[in-house]
Amino acid sequence: MLKSKTFVKKTRSGGVLKVVREHYLRDDIWCGSETCAECKQDSTVLQRDACMESSLCPYPHYLVPDTNVVLHQIDVLEDPVIRNVIILQTVLQEVRHRSATVYKRLKDIAHEPGRHFYTFTNEHHRETFIEREPGESANDRNDRAIRVAVKWYSQHLKTPGSDPDGLKVVLLTNDQGNKQKAEENGLLVYKFEEYIKSLIANPELVDRLALSNDDKQEITSSKVLFPEHLPLSKIQAGIKSGSFLQGTFRTSRYNYLEATVFVQGKGEDSTEVLIQGLQNLNRAVHHDVVAVELLPDNQWVAPSAVVLEDDGAAKDDAVDGDEEEKVLEPSATQAARQATGKVVGIIKRSWRPFCGMLNVSEIKESTRHLFTPADRRIPRIRIETRQASTLAGQRIMVAIDGWPKHSRYPNGHFVRSLGVAGEKDTEQEVLLLEHDVPHQDFSQAVLSFLPKMPWVITPEDLAKRQDLRHLTVCSVDPPGCTDIDDALHCRELENGNLEVGVHIADVSHFIRPGNALDKEAANRGTTVYLCGKRIDMVPELLSSNLCSLRSNVERFAFSCIWEMNQKAEILKTRFTKSVINSKASLTYAEAQMRIDDTNKNDDITQSLRGLNKLAKILKRKRIANGALTLSSVEVRFHMDSETHDPIDLQTKELMETNSMVEEFMLLANISVAQKIYDEFPECALLRKHPAPPPSNYDILIKAAKSKDVTIHTDSAKALADSLDGAKVDGFQYFNTLLRILATRCMMQAVYFCSGMDSDFHHYGLASPIYTHFTSPIRRYADIIVHRLLAVAIGADSTYADLMDKHKQSALCNNLNYRHKMSQYAQRASVAFHTQLFFKARGILNEEGFVLFVRKNAIIVLIPKFGLEGTVFFTSKNKVSPNLVFDEEGPTLRVEQHTFHIFDRVKVTISLDDSNIQHQKIRMALIKPVIPGVSVPAPEAEPPAKKQKLDR
Amino acid sequence: MAGLELLTDQGYRLDGRKATELRKVQARMGVFAQADGSAYLEQGNTKALAVVYGPHEMRGSRSRALHDRAVINCQYSMATFSTAERKRRPHGDRKSTEMSLHLKQTFEAAVMTQLFPRSQIDIYVKILQSDGGNYSVCVNAATLAVIDAGIPMRDYVCACTVGFVDETPLADLCHAEEGGGVSSLALALLPRGGQIALVQMDARLHQDHLETLIEAAMTACKGVSKVLDGVVRQHLHEASVHSRE
Repeated sequence: MLKSKTFVKKTRSGGVLKVVREHYLRDDIWCGSETCAECKQDSTVLQRDACMESSLCPYPHYLVPDTNVVLHQIDVLEDPVIRNVIILQTVLQEVRHRSATVYKRLKDIAHEPGRHFYTFTNEHHRETFIEREPGESANDRNDRAIRVAVKWYSQHLKTPGSDPDGLKVVLLTNDQGNKQKAEENGLLVYKFEEYIKSLIANPELVDRLALSNDDKQEITSSKVLFPEHLPLSKIQAGIKSGSFLQGTFRTSRYNYLEATVFVQGKGEDSTEVLIQGLQNLNRAVHHDVVAVELLPDNQWVAPSAVVLEDDGAAKDDAVDGDEEEKVLEPSATQAARQATGKVVGIIKRSWRPFCGMLNVSEIKESTRHLFTPADRRIPRIRIETRQASTLAGQRIMVAIDGWPKHSRYPNGHFVRSLGVAGEKDTEQEVLLLEHDVPHQDFSQAVLSFLPKMPWVITPEDLAKRQDLRHLTVCSVDPPGCTDIDDALHCRELENGNLEVGVHIADVSHFIRPGNALDKEAANRGTTVYLCGKRIDMVPELLSSNLCSLRSNVERFAFSCIWEMNQKAEILKTRFTKSVINSKASLTYAEAQMRIDDTNKNDDITQSLRGLNKLAKILKRKRIANGALTLSSVEVRFHMDSETHDPIDLQTKELMETNSMVEEFMLLANISVAQKIYDEFPECALLRKHPAPPPSNYDILIKAAKSKDVTIHTDSAKALADSLDGAKVDGFQYFNTLLRILATRCMMQAVYFCSGMDSDFHHYGLASPIYTHFTSPIRRYADIIVHRLLAVAIGADSTYADLMDKHKQSALCNNLNYRHKMSQYAQRASVAFHTQLFFKARGILNEEGFVLFVRKNAIIVLIPKFGLEGTVFFTSKNKVSPNLVFDEEGPTLRVEQHTFHIFDRVKVTISLDDSNIQHQKIRMALIKPVIPGVSVPAPEAEPPAKKQKLDR
Repeated sequence: MAGLELLTDQGYRLDGRKATELRKVQARMGVFAQADGSAYLEQGNTKALAVVYGPHEMRGSRSRALHDRAVINCQYSMATFSTAERKRRPHGDRKSTEMSLHLKQTFEAAVMTQLFPRSQIDIYVKILQSDGGNYSVCVNAATLAVIDAGIPMRDYVCACTVGFVDETPLADLCHAEEGGGVSSLALALLPRGGQIALVQMDARLHQDHLETLIEAAMTACKGVSKVLDGVVRQHLHEASVHSRE
């Protein structure tokens, strides 16, 4: 049957269009139930005895949630207890329209066969399609469509002569009007809360219920704390007229009352708008897309240099926000003032479930508690739970439901528990979740694409590859490395030139485009290395065995082979798929020893020496071109082999061999980048490192000036040269500190698709073009580059997504995101292990340097541990000392002593575990001695001092 | 706002069809008495009127005449009221000229022009309502009109557009689907011999997918040819009943 749908639509330019669409109604849409004898369906989804133990519905039943139930209660629907649910197309479409994330989650549930979720295409079913009546709103029409579908189902499933306790269909809705109308139609209908509370076997589900509107009213007082958000239509009009700006909201890490909104302008001109104070922040949460209105010029302020954390007891809603804000005194200097604004509306929330801990309410019987997220930038959330006593001390996940304007905190609900706080497994889980690192075990679908063991090299494989097994190839890696991506060789040719080969594991041979394994790897993007744990991008069979270029086994490789003269000038470059047999897997130290040991003269050592010699020349050339050598202190933990607790901490030291391997990897990457760009100018996956805007260097220049050193930042070369020249007598560490500061000024390097961008320059390496080719086991970008290169040399065929620059660009975005997150996760893991380490050590005295000066604190770096910590000079329960902050220096005068950047200080380090969620390293000043501020050097552990440290 | 979901997980398209299903095709032949041949064809909401004059001797400049076959002259136009926004120029713009050329090429491949040397066949097609697949609807309508005019053809020419979404070819795209960022391909087929009269695609598509897409288009064209065949037979039946009376 054919229906024509006619509706009127407003176009963007303001005109009115009449749209006519066909709408076919069908007879062949089946109900999906096992009990049904009428429908000629091939497979059924809904079970015959759909039993969920409910006191309201003792009979078997199917559930039909309406749109709002799905949107708000998706956390409950995700629970495996909920089964046999009919999702109507009307609902699915509305959900898709309203929230992409919920839609994705709903689809994921529907795809799990064990859950028995059936999607019923009611809009195209002859008997359940309804037309909108005159005067009926779209929402009312959809509600009616849902009721009609439920009615149809209940009649359809009612077989003649079936007992009254037979299969029934239950509509779940939270809408009072809808419920009433459904009851009038004789349908079984319950409120979602009612139904969930009636589930006998699963009382814990009640906690996961999102609060619906009427519940929220009672929680909060009537006092309006925040200005109303503007409706979307007004925001859009405002953005169009330029009175509002749209941007991503980012809460400051250091100060919960301050945030910036990053407004993406056209091309380069992006701005940041500063937002200060609860009222102006107006319920925006980190990462939301918001609309801001700029304040008049005279109300602009400078970012506050105060470090401020939202802690202490739950503030009553009645307490005025002003009281908290008085700490934010306007900064004195005019120069530092920044465009300041206020949030007028939220365009898109980016709420996800947050990890954190419960602050159990002081009133024992209370079911409302505050939840403190692990991420400091997320506000605390008020939740309702009856299991507070069990949840206390556990890490839990909570989702935000809403933030009414008269509530100081957003309202949310409990999602799940992760385990006891402070335990290593729990903390690891938290940090993986918080950084959105996919870390589940690989699914069966993914594993099914692995090669069958025992894996052997077939003659067909050999025919397609160059046999390089005779070459003296060896790999050099950090100790304990099992995923060996790269191996090297070097030999002298008859004409006196050198042949150098970089052999990279041929992962793309095993991971074929488009299959589940490939998709999983693309999603994970990168392997994440945590202390004592590795979250693999590809299953272990590949990462540690078949792809890993271990010694004395035959492995597939993708080789990049150069012919060079003795001056390390490239004469010829060649790429080929190959078979290699590595002769040795060395560590950096072993390789170094071989090179240095003049008695050794075997092939491997000769090869290493050749490589080392060339690498030195290459490095010199690169630096002469203006490549930067930056510095950051990296630490390595020595783990106890049984408990996996850190027993020692050591900064990583770099050897000649480190830089040797690095040089050749850089060279290979550059050669490959050039090749794939020449071959695929539109869709080569490259990596760029944009030059930082000059203002980024302010802090570096100021800091250097305080030691009478001038830093030129006009170009990478100038910077590199002035960094090399920066030396202060009697202060050896100065240069390293400067380099650490310079590192902080840099931009992030990113992957991009060559067809979508025009600026390819890699600032840090001073290379006009760059990509990642050398670590396909742990980076997905390299796999794509391998595929591109394989096509370029005719070793493999192309496929659609590889040649599509938009898809490729989307992939790059994901890779950049995963890459960033994995770095954060890594840092967080190091921080956690540092804490464990200091927990075991008690209080230590160490010497350190001032790295930054803030208004009420200094940030100190301890080179010995690569540890950074903050020394606060103000605290809530103490009279603060006389502080004078000078932004020009920047310097901070505390009583009589003035702190500059790079000052040498002595601090005590201890673990502050007063807040179990945010255990942190606490530092306190010992030297210079400032009365009332510094603490005496600890001999034993006097308890009095510890008290002083606590805030 | 998210774009339109062109194919749901259940396998239904925007308007409720499955991937391989065509829109409803309805047609009538011999709608005008004055013309030598005419037909009206609806494919869903796309409606076209085709009129054929000829073969007759060359009009205008005789120098265009071909000594061994007939010249086919096609003109495509769209009614001003055929689209949601009123069209300013019903014919003569770039798009219509291109479409005219495509039609001409299609019919040169199908009509047995060698039977009519030094003469001319005029095919005029007008889109009355446009809802996607204009080219294919024109071809299908024109085929019926040519048959109605009694001009010998090698076979029916049947055309269909197909699009490619989520690794699935969709047959007979409607306007909403065409606008939804699908790479679409139009194919005109002589179904009995399986010869392709014209393929046209201006989107990007990976070559791996081309074969499946063309196959789907051919299946769809064969479906169209069945319908057209039915229409012709019905028309003949009616005509013979008429003449007997």
